[in-house]
Amino acid sequence: MILKELRAEQITSAVRELCIEANYQLPPDVTACIRACRERESWPVAKEILGNILDNVQAAAGGDYPLCQDTGLACVFIRLGQDVHISGDLRAAVDEGVRQGYRDGYLRASAVRDPLQRVNTGDNMPALLTVELAPGEDCEITVAPKGFGSENMGALKMLRPSDGAAGVRRFVLDTVRAAGPNPCPPIVVGVGVGGSFDKVALCAKRALLRPLGQHHPDPVWAAMEEELLDGINALGIGPQGFGGRTTALSVAIETMPTHITALPVAVNINCHVTRHARRVL
Amino acid sequence: MTEITTPFTREQADRLRAGDSVLFTGTLYTARDAAHARLCQALETGAPLPFDLRDAVIYYVGPTPARPGHVIGSAGPTTSYRMDTYSPALLEQGLRGMVGKGLRGPDVVEAMRRHHAVYFGAVGGTGALIGRSIKTAEIIAYEDLGTEAVRRLTVERLPLTVVIDTLGNNLYELGPRRYLENLE
Repeated sequence: MILKELRAEQITSAVRELCIEANYQLPPDVTACIRACRERESWPVAKEILGNILDNVQAAAGGDYPLCQDTGLACVFIRLGQDVHISGDLRAAVDEGVRQGYRDGYLRASAVRDPLQRVNTGDNMPALLTVELAPGEDCEITVAPKGFGSENMGALKMLRPSDGAAGVRRFVLDTVRAAGPNPCPPIVVGVGVGGSFDKVALCAKRALLRPLGQHHPDPVWAAMEEELLDGINALGIGPQGFGGRTTALSVAIETMPTHITALPVAVNINCHVTRHARRVL
Repeated sequence: MTEITTPFTREQADRLRAGDSVLFTGTLYTARDAAHARLCQALETGAPLPFDLRDAVIYYVGPTPARPGHVIGSAGPTTSYRMDTYSPALLEQGLRGMVGKGLRGPDVVEAMRRHHAVYFGAVGGTGALIGRSIKTAEIIAYEDLGTEAVRRLTVERLPLTVVIDTLGNNLYELGPRRYLENLE
């Protein structure tokens, strides 16, 4: 059987370009959603802030100033076809792509090597890499720079099965309410339900990669996404926390099977600068 | 729209109310987590501070690197609560204003009331717009901290919102409440 051959340098080059693209170009679905929310917003201060945010998207697209000064830790997701062979060190290739992308894109170095010593690595390495195997011979790379003003507002809880759907809803709403203005609303809310302590967090993060407005395939969960979005937008927090309807742009839930004893829930919050860029090699 | 120019005096501060929109002209000093730790360490040991805190305004920001021909990169506010540990000590030295985004703790609000200081909000996630409007930027201390170094910025009519005023009124409480009351 002939395998598809990829060189590590091809991975590096793709990651480099995706880091830059993601930090200057807001995905069209996110921009469209902000614009639609601005149309629908009745509170004057909120409408004005959403206008500022759209102006910022324009300003960044010029290529001189990134969308946000927190150009994030580089979350890199690779969906790797089983029939692909990579010559070279994949992890090192991704890290090198991040190093080059952040240097050449004039992006901020925001990583510290040791969580207590807190010395900046100076080049935003390492990437936060997640690799998943898939059938076929595609290598799909997604770079999602993650700002930590919003990341710090996330929460995870191991609920009891008897807490049920109401418990899940309450935990999501409590987390968003407690975050208030901190994560730069309007936010995008990624929710993981099921799995284990570690997998549920990954589900929540993956949910943030979904195009805005694309629902969970199961109509029951899709309905909960809608219900949560309405619930969050009834809190009154509004853009920047100054009041208004538009607290969240979207809620996306990812689910997976779990243990008979468990109902894990994780909430991962993104700000309105919900960045990701994708390429298939 | 109220025009503010530095030095930001107690008289200017006392006139502002939560929810006011201001256009800020003059000097801002940048400092975030690591610089705050050093400033407070200097205060404790009696070492000289890199700038005079009296009637000064600190902007919580860690900008992206400036491209050639630009003074600074993207430069929006970072979340303020992480500086809460340090802010009361700086307010006691005469710090008059803080610019950031997000909630502040009760100790900070109390120190703001006691020392007549204002907490302003800049729009989080609009770093390109804010960066583009900054006229000058120069590193004045802690250069080894990279993005977290202390910079002296000059801004002209930077739009800010008064979030917490010298009486402790808080837009994060008032704004959502007014919106919800208006719905009823």
